Amino acid sequence: MTGPLAIIVPVLAAIGLMLLNGVVLIYMLRKVLGHLHLRIGPAHVGPKGMLQTVADVLKLLSKEDVRPAGVDRWLYVLAPIFVFAPSLMAYAAIPFSETLRITRLETGLLYTFAVLSLVPLGMIMAGWASANKWSLIGAMRAAAQQIAYEVPLLLSVLPVVMIVGSLDLADIVAFQTGMWWGLVPRWFILLLLPSFVLFLIAALCELNQTPFDMSEAESELVAGFATEYSSMRFGLIFLAEFSNSFVMSALAVTVFFGGWTLPFVPESLTAPIAPIIFVAKTYIGIFFLMWVRGTLPRVRIDQLMNLGWKWLIPAGLAWLMIVGFVVKLAAPGGVV
Amino acid sequence: MTETVNGVVFAILAFASIGGAIGMLTTRNVMHAAFWLLEVMVAIGGLFLLLSAEYLAVVHVLVYAGAVSVMMLFVIMLSLRRREDAVRPVDVSIGGAVLAILFGSIVYIAIAQYGDRVAEMPAEAPDTAALGELLFTRWALPFEVASLVLLVAVVGAVWWSREVDR
Repeated sequence: MTGPLAIIVPVLAAIGLMLLNGVVLIYMLRKVLGHLHLRIGPAHVGPKGMLQTVADVLKLLSKEDVRPAGVDRWLYVLAPIFVFAPSLMAYAAIPFSETLRITRLETGLLYTFAVLSLVPLGMIMAGWASANKWSLIGAMRAAAQQIAYEVPLLLSVLPVVMIVGSLDLADIVAFQTGMWWGLVPRWFILLLLPSFVLFLIAALCELNQTPFDMSEAESELVAGFATEYSSMRFGLIFLAEFSNSFVMSALAVTVFFGGWTLPFVPESLTAPIAPIIFVAKTYIGIFFLMWVRGTLPRVRIDQLMNLGWKWLIPAGLAWLMIVGFVVKLAAPGGVV
Repeated sequence: MTETVNGVVFAILAFASIGGAIGMLTTRNVMHAAFWLLEVMVAIGGLFLLLSAEYLAVVHVLVYAGAVSVMMLFVIMLSLRRREDAVRPVDVSIGGAVLAILFGSIVYIAIAQYGDRVAEMPAEAPDTAALGELLFTRWALPFEVASLVLLVAVVGAVWWSREVDR
């Protein structure tokens, strides 16, 4: 492929993947949450209820697009696009395998975080434009949460960057291939467990996932910033949300779980199915997120802020210093 | 081919950043102004990217678009008591006009003085590691001073917002 086609095809593929993810993840969420609640989830449309989401998508597409009278017209129309576009852009740097990726960026890790940090702006836009108190409160919470948790999220991956010496996601995966003493996978979760714990908490918060889903707490804010949206505009916001959890999980897999590689299996065997391994690992991560969502209750907003500013950031800084000293003291070329 | 593509992209980004700035200045709604500013920042990030300054572009978007804009919107939403207050009347103040003229003339003099100096692009853009090394060796002092200033600002903000016993 050359010329414009080489640019257009990967973008279309990303959109396709995003839509597919949306449909699959909504079904998965309903089933997983259902079973966690001792229900069975969707069961009637199609085998095991598998076509339920497809039916819902069709319903969403054919619904009337209601626009309340008091809204800020331009921002109201723009907001779903502003929520959707960054989560599509976030696919650009994710390496599904050695070769399968949209583009290889020298700053891939930072790029993905930068793009994901634009998502709450869309939420604020939606919340403000809707001229609705619930929407506005949801948007304010999203903004506060975003400011508090972006710092620990970035701090949590810094030790990895320090050890690898690169922001390129492919380099980070390459560093994690192989084993220590032929026994232990060189995954960063084993080397830098505190970093992963920080990452997990901050990521849950960035994704507005339970226990940190204050910005759309259903029982108090209806649907948060998305309250006044209907039809496909709501669909876009919803889709972006599921897509973001895919991206965040893919990032965790890349940074902490060895990306497209598998331990104990020779690389010649895993190479042909590398993208499948990657997606499978990502879905395991998403399953974990859903598990958390079905298990833990929501925390309060002040608890959330305290946790972020008073615990996570100092802990992240302290851990960063420890790792810095160890990296410096160990032989040149890292800790290994 | 690349020349043309770059030219077109540059034209779009330049138009977006200047147009956004004009939009920010002319709108009477403070929320709209904040979103126009966000647009300008993203467009400038794009300009950095066009100059192969990938790291700079990403950090610019992360810090200015992702954090500063959120902060600004947050402050606006906190400080507006009613929704209608977002739309401000046109405020003509002499002090502001004087400041604007002063700033404009400084910029004009600077451009008249140094404007024709077009820097040559290096054949290869330095990577992130080179940038970091430069930042912590040659520019270590300005870097540290900048962080100190920010620290002072943070301490000041905390002091300012502390609970006062009355």
